[in-house]
Amino acid sequence: MSADHLLSVLVRDEPRVLTRITSLFGRRGYNIRSLSVGTTEQPGVSRLTCVVTGERAVVVQAMRQLEKLHDVLHVIDHSLEKFVDRELLLVKVAITPESRVEVRQIAEDFRARIVDVGRRALTFEVTGDEGKVTAFLEQMRPFGIIETMRTGRVALTRGSNADIPAHVYHGGQSRALTPALAEGEASLRS
Amino acid sequence: MSHAPPTPSPSGAPANGAQALWHSLAAHGVTTVFGYPGGAIMPVYDALTLFPDIRHILARHEQGAIHAAEGWARATGRLGVCLATSGPGATNLVTGLADALMDSVPLLAITGNVPRSLMGTDAFQEADITGITLPVTKHNYVVQDAADLPGILAEAIRIARSGRPGPVLVDIPKDVQLAPFAGAVTPPHPLPPAPTPDPARVEAAAELLRGAARPVLMLGGGAQGAAAEVTALARAWGLPTITTLMGLGAFPASDPLWLGMPGMHGSVAANRAISEADLIVGLGLRFDDRVTGRVSGFAPHARIVHVDLDAAEIGKIVPTHLPIRGDAGQVARLLAGRAGAGDPPRRPDWEARLAEWRTRGGHPDHWGAAQAVRQVVSRLGPNDILSTDVGQHQMLAAQLARFQKPRRWLTSGGLGTMGFGFPAAIGAALAEPEVTCMVVAGDGGFQMTAQELATLTKYGIRNVKICVVNNSYLGMVRQWQELFHERRYSEVYLGDSNPDFLKLADAYGLPGWRADNAADLEEAISAWLAHDGSALLEVVVPNEHGVFPMVPAGAALSEMLETDPRSPVAGGPA
Repeated sequence: MSADHLLSVLVRDEPRVLTRITSLFGRRGYNIRSLSVGTTEQPGVSRLTCVVTGERAVVVQAMRQLEKLHDVLHVIDHSLEKFVDRELLLVKVAITPESRVEVRQIAEDFRARIVDVGRRALTFEVTGDEGKVTAFLEQMRPFGIIETMRTGRVALTRGSNADIPAHVYHGGQSRALTPALAEGEASLRS
Repeated sequence: MSHAPPTPSPSGAPANGAQALWHSLAAHGVTTVFGYPGGAIMPVYDALTLFPDIRHILARHEQGAIHAAEGWARATGRLGVCLATSGPGATNLVTGLADALMDSVPLLAITGNVPRSLMGTDAFQEADITGITLPVTKHNYVVQDAADLPGILAEAIRIARSGRPGPVLVDIPKDVQLAPFAGAVTPPHPLPPAPTPDPARVEAAAELLRGAARPVLMLGGGAQGAAAEVTALARAWGLPTITTLMGLGAFPASDPLWLGMPGMHGSVAANRAISEADLIVGLGLRFDDRVTGRVSGFAPHARIVHVDLDAAEIGKIVPTHLPIRGDAGQVARLLAGRAGAGDPPRRPDWEARLAEWRTRGGHPDHWGAAQAVRQVVSRLGPNDILSTDVGQHQMLAAQLARFQKPRRWLTSGGLGTMGFGFPAAIGAALAEPEVTCMVVAGDGGFQMTAQELATLTKYGIRNVKICVVNNSYLGMVRQWQELFHERRYSEVYLGDSNPDFLKLADAYGLPGWRADNAADLEEAISAWLAHDGSALLEVVVPNEHGVFPMVPAGAALSEMLETDPRSPVAGGPA
């Protein structure tokens, strides 16, 4: 069954690392819905969060291919553990003197912040899970959406520990393979 | 303007980036490199003159150089090294890199590039070779600082050799080659150990073996480094054994358990055994589409145990019942150790069916490419190396040669690279000068890298025996056009314009023989092999011959055409 899978990919911050990953997805036909990249607490390590759409076996295959890239340190499938995820939306909504109050009221209900005020538009910042962000957009649509930018989802595993211990980053040669993926259990035929 | 001769620092330590490169390669045990110079790699070639212990083989085309490096690596299991200049020199390596990635060949490619100040400006002979080769290398680098060079090389070589081997490219801008170097050479990185196979899964595999009535062992290229272990495994459990195109030689063909090669042009016995087996244990193979035929019809009755070092291969094509991540040799040893004491189990019903299948298939009784290839490859000794190009002759050689040892069979399996066979044999011949390196190539593929005849001459290489099987066509394409395109032979005829291959050899100083019938061929082979030095043999064969058995594309292995529907067949196994 095709579904969205939220993956975190910890990578060495090396030239072309993004190209390596997107090229891999492109040439093997994996479907990325969103991708966001940023730095982490570890110097030299970046974290990508991506939503990959596909059947479970395809996503597992994508993870294993990612793990073979030298600059990929660790891949996490968030569906296997508890996680928090957020997305940031910037949206510019058209307003009229008549709609202004209603638009602001809806924004308040969503705890959206106004980040820019124009004569005929308000720009909001909304954070939340994907469902909330999408719902906010749907509420605003009748008023007229001028422009949007969504960051795509970012995620962290719940709990007190880092997703991978710091020594993995500095050991150089010992690369963590996601334990659950090392043996290909998702491909088992019954 | 002339450049001063390269000078090492008084201590003998490398004085610039280019010297650091050679020092690093020497520290990694590199003795032979294959390459072709050009503007952006000139400092490296200048520094080479300081390293008399490193042998540089000048090819006549970068593709020849990289396939030779591949042949060296495939025959020895060691790292192959090749060099090229920027731009067109580097792009000429691309085919070889893709070939090495597909077939898991440990390879290091060094390219020069334009100085960093010009990179990105479309400078003369500039190409973004790291970008271009990103999908066809295991990893690649641009060296930005000469001080990083030894560390990058040590890491690159470790990546090329470790786990599932593959090609790594290191691109060095010219100013980095020339930059002063004050550091030290990085010693070789130890290779990380293979992942320990899960003992519970190994035990589960042993349990499946105990219960199997119709087991089959399948060996791929990953078993080439573990021939002793996989052979012991097969014998301990009495497992009928199939070797894929890349696995040929990992199990001795003389062993009665051997069933041949599976897949599109596999033996009847191998393909029927897969189709009827109740257990398949696959070691170090990736169930390529040419092996499986239609996947939904592959091994419909079998439970599949798939052992591979590369987790991404397990379950990629064929759904697996029992995946085991690990080294083929290590898992084979563990499984062999779980066989009962005494004689291996007998399975009379299964053995009887296998025996019947072994009598089926085969090649036409009359003169043709199959008979010619059989005559030629039957003269190989157990230590001799056979290198092929790609096409009909390759499949015939794979069907008909009988390998007793691993790493004696060099062929472009995954990428199917025409032009591979001859330069690969040159690499192997330089690695093993005492061993006869036979090339079987078609008239099409041989002309893709025939310029490397000059390399034989230049280095006085005496142990390459080239056999060109000349059917005047791109035979495999012609066969498909015949079978699936109603004989519309589109752009496959070469006969009106092929060179006189003997004159071509002669132009490079090589003797040649020609035969166009079985009796003459026997004599010609003797003269060709007896000649003290490299030589060429042209075998002229009729053009409308096909390779059988054949599993048409999209068909299941069980739907194979066992013999050529148009031709009577000689008795005996394929």
